[in-house]
Amino acid sequence: MTDKTILNDHKMTARNVSVWYGAVQAIGDVSIDIDQDKVTAFIGPSGCGKSTFLRTLNRMNDTIASARVEGDIRLDGEDVYAREMDVVQLRARVGMVFQKPNPFPKSIYENVAYGPRIHGLASSKADMDRIVERSLARAGLWGEVKDRLSDSGTALSGGQQQRLCIARAIAVDPEVILMDEPCSALDPIATAKIEELIHELKGRYAIVVVTHNMQQAARVSQRTAFFHLGQLVEYGQTSDIFTNPREERTRDYITGRYG
Amino acid sequence: MERRVRRRYAAERRFRLFGLAAIVLSAGFLLFLLVTMMANGARGFVTTEVALSIDFPAAGLGLTPDRIRGPGGDLALAGAQLDAVVDRAAAAQYGAIGPALFSDGADTIVRRALKADPRLAVGRVRLWLPAASDVDTAAKADGTPLAEKRAQVLTDAGQLRTGFNWGFLSGSDSTDPTAVGIWGALKGSLLTMLVTLALAFPIGVLSALYLEEYAPRNRWTDLIEVSINNLAAVPSIIFGLLGLAVFLNTFHLPRSAALVGGLTLALMTMPVIVIASRNAIKAVPPSIRDAALALGASPVQVVFHHVLPLALPGILTGTIIGMARALGETAPLLMIGMRAFIATPPGKLTDPSTVLPVQIFLWSDEVSRGFIEKTSAAIIVLLVFLLAMNGIAIYLRNRFETRW
Ligand SMILES: Nc1ncnc2c1ncn2[C@@H]1O[C@H](COP(=O)(O)OP(=O)(O)OP(=O)(O)O)[C@@H](O)[C@H]1O
Ligand SMILES: [Mg+2]
Repeated sequence: MTDKTILNDHKMTARNVSVWYGAVQAIGDVSIDIDQDKVTAFIGPSGCGKSTFLRTLNRMNDTIASARVEGDIRLDGEDVYAREMDVVQLRARVGMVFQKPNPFPKSIYENVAYGPRIHGLASSKADMDRIVERSLARAGLWGEVKDRLSDSGTALSGGQQQRLCIARAIAVDPEVILMDEPCSALDPIATAKIEELIHELKGRYAIVVVTHNMQQAARVSQRTAFFHLGQLVEYGQTSDIFTNPREERTRDYITGRYG
Repeated sequence: MERRVRRRYAAERRFRLFGLAAIVLSAGFLLFLLVTMMANGARGFVTTEVALSIDFPAAGLGLTPDRIRGPGGDLALAGAQLDAVVDRAAAAQYGAIGPALFSDGADTIVRRALKADPRLAVGRVRLWLPAASDVDTAAKADGTPLAEKRAQVLTDAGQLRTGFNWGFLSGSDSTDPTAVGIWGALKGSLLTMLVTLALAFPIGVLSALYLEEYAPRNRWTDLIEVSINNLAAVPSIIFGLLGLAVFLNTFHLPRSAALVGGLTLALMTMPVIVIASRNAIKAVPPSIRDAALALGASPVQVVFHHVLPLALPGILTGTIIGMARALGETAPLLMIGMRAFIATPPGKLTDPSTVLPVQIFLWSDEVSRGFIEKTSAAIIVLLVFLLAMNGIAIYLRNRFETRW
């Protein structure tokens, strides 16, 4: 399934990962490598388990009482599910943007400053101001909110909220960024901004983007993984997946025959 | 189609009408309660005084300004037969009925006046002294015809006046309705509520947080949940018996003390706070927890930075309800001996004290007519206390309210 020749610089590796919600299996035996300095796109029909798999990578499934994860997931060779792995530290290193925007009901400034503050990343108020401005600017939101940083984050439009959540995630400077459909609530201009941001960030982080937009996957990613019914059907270079898929199901999906 | 629209509008109107009727009805009851209480209670805040001329040198007390000021002055004042002096002066000024015009506590006022200004002892002075209970009620047009006529004569002669009863706000319980005060009970209530709040609020909120955020879902937590729900429904008198058995008989804490009252009421209030807090915590959207966790916040940080602030308005609402119930509680406090006659305000938590509702209960049981208005006045004080407490809580709640 995995094309070993193209995958070398692995930031995260997953081997034989299965996830159950109670007795229902949502992910079956998925093995995948997430590369440093690359963007990996997860595509697949709704309900196929993209979000579920994404959440295993930073152990957000721990918060769901019924969820059970099996298999081996490593970040820089460290076992993510090991007993001695500090989950808090892990999540600071593997940031996440959720499918539904979830800003804190606090000011825009506080939303972005919260992560750096709890991790002690800013040495002074001016330092914090810089981090907030830079994060908002990268998420393409600075121009729209710079005059109302003290307004509530929840008073923004849906698309603005999503960009605020992205700014909040990159403010803590993670090593891996997991984005679950970051553009599903955005207009084309904001989407372009996010894609630009992904381009800009990929030099420094490993990025995973879940998307339903085939063009977007083709535009922003270097690797693409196609999920179907909880299985990883195909994984490889984005250009290969989109021009020359090996699996029938992949071809059907990207040409819009189902999904 | 059109008929369905009309029916929908009619249903809408009917529902609005019922809602309005319910609000008008409850507002009416509240108004009725307040108006009758105010009408009866207002007189409790009015005191009646009668003038009395006393010739101290002629009374033969042997009190001089120097003696009063000097060492042993207090002792000399305490030893002086001032009640007899008042009776004799009253008889001299108003005839045979004179002594009956004045309250039993009148000599205390004279003593206080002498202490404040020892020079009074050298001559003849005119003092305003509290009237006896029947004169007091007569002056407020609520006495017997004879007493009312007598009061009228005194008023016309300028020998009777009414004024605001500061003594009611600063005094304690007494056998004489004209001399009673509410301060002792108010202070007792205050101390009791402080103990209750200091125990029930943190313990209740922490229990709720633990049960919601940390405890595993299993048979034990289910059992605890059911127990807490049942505890909130237990009649308050049972808590009184529990307090009697545990705090008095087992731990031998002092009887009638605000400390024990507060402990007992805390037992009663805690389940209410736990239930309200759990609901408030449950209502915090999980997405907020996820957002904080995904940023690398620790579970404790998630709780104290996000969950608690968002749940606080709901927690405070539950606390208001619990505390208001505790403030108005009488039965459990009777069980732990807070029904005693207590004539001095409690100085500390272990002093014998009473609380407002118990004081009201005790006064309402008195035969003397003067206690009726004092009972109503005490109810007003209790209601004002309640409103003040709720006002503070609502202010706090609005401050912490988050606008989504
Ligand atoms: N908390 C949960 N409890 C139980 N089952 C869940 C839970 N979350 C997801 N599932 C189930 O797991 C399967 C995969 O869901 P998941 O959210 O991962 O899909 P997805 O690929 O992200 O879909 P979409 O593109 O619509 O976001 C679905 O069948 C869903 O019903
Ligand atoms: Mg999803």
